[in-house]
Amino acid sequence: MAAVQETIDQVKSIDVTEYKYGFVTEIEVDKPAKGLTEDTVRYISARKNEPEWMLEWRLDAFRRWKTMTEPTWSRVHYPPINYQDLYYYAAPKMGASPKSLDEVDPAILETYKKLGIPLREQEILAGVEPGNRVAVDAVFDSVSVVTTFKKELAQAGVIFCSISEAIQEHPELVKKYLATVVPVTDNYFATLNSAVFTDGSFVYVPKGVRCPMELSTYFRINEQNTGQFERTLIIADEGAYVSYLEGCTAPKRDENQLHAAVVELIALDDAEIKYSTVQNWFPGDAEGKGGIYNFVTKRGDCRGKNSKISWTQVETGSAITWKYPSCILRGDGSRGEFYSIAVSNGMQQVDSGTKMLHLGRNTTSKIIAKGIAAGKSDSTYRGMVSAHRKAIGARNFTNCDSLLIGDQCGAHTVPYIEAKTATAVFEHEATTSKIGEDQLFYCQQRGLSEEEAVALIVNGFVKEVLQQLPMEFAVEAQKLITISLEGSVG
Amino acid sequence: MAIVTPLKTAAEQVLAQQFANVKAELPGGGAVRKLREDAFAGFEAKGLPHRRLESWRYTDLRMILREAKPLAGSAAVTPAVRERLAALKLDGTRLVLVDGAFAAELSTLEALPEGVSVNGLADALVSQRDDLTRILSGPSVSADDSGLMLNTALMRDGVMVEIAEGTELDAPIAIVSLTSGSEERAIFSRSVVLAGKGVKATIVDINESVGPAAAQINNAIVFETGDESEVQHVRIVTRQQPESVQVLSLLATVGAQAKFDSFALVCKAGTVRQQNFVRYAGEHTEIGLRGVNLLGGTEHCDVTLVMDHEVPHGTSRELYKTIVGGEGTGVFQGKVIVRPQAQKVDGSMKSNALLLNDGATMFNKPELEIFADDVVCGHGATVAQIDGEQLFYLMARGLPRPQAEALVLQAFAGEAVEFVAEESLRELIMSEIEAWLGERRDSAVVSAI
Repeated sequence: MAAVQETIDQVKSIDVTEYKYGFVTEIEVDKPAKGLTEDTVRYISARKNEPEWMLEWRLDAFRRWKTMTEPTWSRVHYPPINYQDLYYYAAPKMGASPKSLDEVDPAILETYKKLGIPLREQEILAGVEPGNRVAVDAVFDSVSVVTTFKKELAQAGVIFCSISEAIQEHPELVKKYLATVVPVTDNYFATLNSAVFTDGSFVYVPKGVRCPMELSTYFRINEQNTGQFERTLIIADEGAYVSYLEGCTAPKRDENQLHAAVVELIALDDAEIKYSTVQNWFPGDAEGKGGIYNFVTKRGDCRGKNSKISWTQVETGSAITWKYPSCILRGDGSRGEFYSIAVSNGMQQVDSGTKMLHLGRNTTSKIIAKGIAAGKSDSTYRGMVSAHRKAIGARNFTNCDSLLIGDQCGAHTVPYIEAKTATAVFEHEATTSKIGEDQLFYCQQRGLSEEEAVALIVNGFVKEVLQQLPMEFAVEAQKLITISLEGSVG
Repeated sequence: MAIVTPLKTAAEQVLAQQFANVKAELPGGGAVRKLREDAFAGFEAKGLPHRRLESWRYTDLRMILREAKPLAGSAAVTPAVRERLAALKLDGTRLVLVDGAFAAELSTLEALPEGVSVNGLADALVSQRDDLTRILSGPSVSADDSGLMLNTALMRDGVMVEIAEGTELDAPIAIVSLTSGSEERAIFSRSVVLAGKGVKATIVDINESVGPAAAQINNAIVFETGDESEVQHVRIVTRQQPESVQVLSLLATVGAQAKFDSFALVCKAGTVRQQNFVRYAGEHTEIGLRGVNLLGGTEHCDVTLVMDHEVPHGTSRELYKTIVGGEGTGVFQGKVIVRPQAQKVDGSMKSNALLLNDGATMFNKPELEIFADDVVCGHGATVAQIDGEQLFYLMARGLPRPQAEALVLQAFAGEAVEFVAEESLRELIMSEIEAWLGERRDSAVVSAI
């Protein structure tokens, strides 16, 4: 019973009763006027000192975006967003790209310290065993403030930098891969992102290289009325491996903020990308005031033979989540995985899931989605598994379970399973239930309070997904889930 | 994205013209007339259902119905119709519709069991009964379906069966809808079954064509069953021309502590859309929807279910078995809605499909929409080919490949047929399935594993 005792202790040790990352950092920022016009796009491009082709690319996206309408098919409800009432760029006042940490505003460093994100390499080295080192790209509002361990990564041949830097330093790679997975006009939010994306991470792992450490990006929205539009591009060349983590937080504010990101993953022959997200944007208060609108397009392309892309996500934050990390299984023998835990409480709305598009032969995919809805929240799993005519031997297993806590929440499942080849084998199963009375009774009989018992059962419910996360994140995620559900019992 | 309604298609224009021409002569008093007008206005606004509508995603009627056929008028009782009726092996009461019109002379009206009364729908529509609007409207979840709206606007005839409180029938009542098929026609019919409290009855619903011309059939059947009733509906849709298009709606409102089961077999039926809208009107009710779809050629069968749990303590069981060969397309869309007050609902939905060869397609979309926390709901959906190990087992015992496949498929389909309570009906269904499998076996087509 040691393991169980450990979990209980851990649950007990958490005494946070509210969103703990909700503080605001007071710093001077540089931002253009509110609103979105061609000038805004030019401003962003100019601020980033971008080459002409990039500006043209953005303007083209902007013109297309103007002709599009916002999608309404998802099961989320929000007042119309006034895209002219937002700031599209906010950068802390400092040099465009600081050369070292000394140039970074101490207030920002303090912020990351509070968030528990190590930015000073020497500190990390001093305190942690080398095996656990994680390289961090820290994005603060619209710009990347620092990227750690760049030198060491460069020795291995790995390029890890902000996307703005990649556009300057590695234009050939960016040109070759950008928007090849998520086309510019893929959807309304992706097109908007293409026009105004400000920063994000760029990773290129060359042939045969196993990235020596975990890479991670930490996104922080700080400014008021500011949208964050980041763009991440990860390329694993033949035989390469990379594990990438993403974390997000934002201050508590009364108004809603928009976050519309695009993430593109490309895995060539025999490459593997593991992408983990712990999303903890401010979810809004108990009455549903404030919070982040998280409209994200994430897609991976298993372009090469026997490549593999694995998405793991723990979604606890955001007022509205609209994201479907997907895999295009193009290469023969490629594999896609999706592990998700979506926890919603208060007035949160989650519409999330995945798409597994089987195009190549003998492609396999696995989907494990766990939704936990409490309070007055709504949680929807929306997923598609499809096999193209030529996807001989495609195989999918999907399992989505929903757990309802309280009688005012909703859980929905909308799976699409489309097989166009006889040799495809698709299995889908879904269940929705509340926590078993007998399980609760069993735990309470052994002396746990109701809240502890619920936490324990929930942890068991999501264990399959948590196991997929890198160690450091798994512990963090487990805490998050418990915090998110706090106050949902009784 | 906003749904943009494109210009009216040729079929939509013809339908509008037809409605304008016939609305004055279609049966019905003031209330029914208003229902028709409203339904057609709704249809005009929405147009024919198309793939941009979520509930019609896989059956694009706008594309399928390139032209609207002329409306069928009176029943064309051809010799082929009489022959087929004579050949049908059915016990009990027989109510016959030919081209959607009630043919009293072909029906066994003189020997109706006690407690059962039958009227042609056309007569029922002009009778001034004040519950007509309610009965015809069915469950609210069907309200915005434009395929059904078209039926409401243009329904000409059908039967209305009323079974009095407490009646327990020993033999089934069969509603046989035959299409004469001498000319290409559009048929709009609707039948109604009203079963009072404690009724036990089985309604057989046969849909066949006896002529060479393909029909466009839009047929609805409405069930209102009382508390503590046990009603079974068995539908067989077969012997249709490959080019025929059928939209078959089932609207069921089921009372408290009642049982309602519906089984449907679809084989050799062209393009079929079955849409079942079921409402739980009382607590502790058990509802089962099951079916077998056997598809080949370019056949298309869409099964769309909406189970609306409005009240607590409802049980639902859905099981659909689809076998797709040739260039066929199978569709299963099942939606279970559990409303906030509907606690203690127990729902389980399963769709299994076997694809026999490349070119065959299956779309599965089992949906759960749950707003109550104390429920046990689950769904499963599978798509696969015939299990190689099962085949190997049978072939190792000396069965040739085609026979072995037929046996495996028969067992696969049979799982859903078991739920039909009436033995004679089970046999009838199995004989249709065996005939389909026999043809495949004899043509020595084997699956692609």
